[in-house]
Amino acid sequence: MMDACGIDGPDALFAHLPEEVRMRKPLDLAPGISEYEIVDYFRRRAAENANGYASFLGAGVYNHFRPVLVDTVVSRGEFLTSYTPYQAEISQGVLTTIFEFQTMICQLTGMDVANASMYDGSTAVPEAAMMAARLTGRRRALVARSVHPEYRETLRTYARHQGMAVEEFGYLEDAGTIDLEDLDRKMDDATAAVIVQSPNFFGIVDQVKAAGEMAHRRGALLVLVFTEAVSLGLLRPPAEADIVAGELQSFAIPPSYGGPFAGIIATRERYVRQMPGRLVGQTVDTRGNRAFCLTLATREQHIRREKATSNICTNQALIALMATVFMTVYGKEGLRELAAQNLAKAHYLAGQLKPRFSGKFFNEFVARVDGGEPEAVNRALLKQKIIGGLPLGRFYPELADSVLLCATEMSRREDMDAVVKAMGA
Amino acid sequence: MYPENFRYTKEHEWVLVEGDAGTIGITDHAQEELGDIVYVDLPKAGTRIEQGKSLGSVESVKAVSDIYSPVSGEVTDVNHALADAPETLNSDPHGAGWLVKIRLSAPAETDGLMSAADYESYIGAEK
Repeated sequence: MMDACGIDGPDALFAHLPEEVRMRKPLDLAPGISEYEIVDYFRRRAAENANGYASFLGAGVYNHFRPVLVDTVVSRGEFLTSYTPYQAEISQGVLTTIFEFQTMICQLTGMDVANASMYDGSTAVPEAAMMAARLTGRRRALVARSVHPEYRETLRTYARHQGMAVEEFGYLEDAGTIDLEDLDRKMDDATAAVIVQSPNFFGIVDQVKAAGEMAHRRGALLVLVFTEAVSLGLLRPPAEADIVAGELQSFAIPPSYGGPFAGIIATRERYVRQMPGRLVGQTVDTRGNRAFCLTLATREQHIRREKATSNICTNQALIALMATVFMTVYGKEGLRELAAQNLAKAHYLAGQLKPRFSGKFFNEFVARVDGGEPEAVNRALLKQKIIGGLPLGRFYPELADSVLLCATEMSRREDMDAVVKAMGA
Repeated sequence: MYPENFRYTKEHEWVLVEGDAGTIGITDHAQEELGDIVYVDLPKAGTRIEQGKSLGSVESVKAVSDIYSPVSGEVTDVNHALADAPETLNSDPHGAGWLVKIRLSAPAETDGLMSAADYESYIGAEK
């Protein structure tokens, strides 16, 4: 091959690059090893995973059951290897699944249109804020401190080079819901978006309606964020929201090391022109048969260049398909039942502990640790093959004595009782 | 075809100046080239626009194209009817399909624009 290319080694392939950007040392990689050694290596690494551990970690990534059917469908070559469905005539299968995905997201959120998915929940939030900025012609976002801390970090990263000011408003010390007075004080006529999460980072069903009214009074849009999609099985769809931005990891997407996940953006039909991302629409083919194709693509970067609504040029098709299969398997009744189980388990656990906040919660809640430092309690739990809650000091210094606990349909009573014991309650 | 009292740009926009008020649109040639127009993105009243800079865009089934302002000034009125009936740009580009009205800040700019006759020979040459 090198002879055919007329080069004497791989270095020649990079000869056109300036010297100062080239790496001078060899890559820090082991020399080639055999297939057996590779398999052995990965088996040993896999054994280090916390397989069989009970987990009470939530905080944006949830431990839910993954129906077997999910991997059966997504590992089909037709889905696993398919490319972006630009050519509708050869992509009806993928387009159909995306259309179904969008339809189900609309049904869950009560919105009119949903896109074909975003990278994840954290990037969906700044995309929603920038969308609100385009719609209102304003450049300021007000985000609740009870929105996932890493989502807020992502928002600030995006906003920095968008000329968008991002300010935070607080939460109530007793209820754990947003501080509406603080929001009211910080609202102004330059505010494009009020960003609220529900259930919020503390697991509490938040004051979405009041936040929406406050935003709308000043001509701003309400962006509603969710990290725990299972909550949509029980909670009223956020009718007050103008844009819904969320994370679907709960819908049969493995936690992995924090990704890849799939996010969503859903909105009102009148805002669709400013929505970022792929969108699949229903149409008819030349014979009048129902068919699907990418639609409103003129919002996108490959056509509109720097004036596109977003620089997201793709979606999480395969990962979103996991969520699509999940939603299909569970259905409306199944999802409601699953959400009810989550609610019941989390409330069983909370019933034996002292929840820090009085607000109504779904499957997560904040509890003070009486039995020592939260980290020490977690170390003790790990020895019993239990992953404890998230110590909150890292994100909220004022909550350094507390953990965020999550119980799902996967939580067993004996493990919950062990957590209660370890927390010194 | 091309009204005598309009002035035209090489980017196929027209402007009708009456006193310090200007009405801006795209030409019949432009709508013909674009094909079926499905969406028009226009600035809000009060926006300041500059000659030669984009004031919005039109989207057809084929492409998205910027609209370059023939003159500088402040937008005083926007043709909101186009939001529901963008096809008006195809059927009546020199009349009901007007885009924005502006208050001219530099009326002398129109001196550099083409007359109807110049524009017709320009698009003739372009073809």
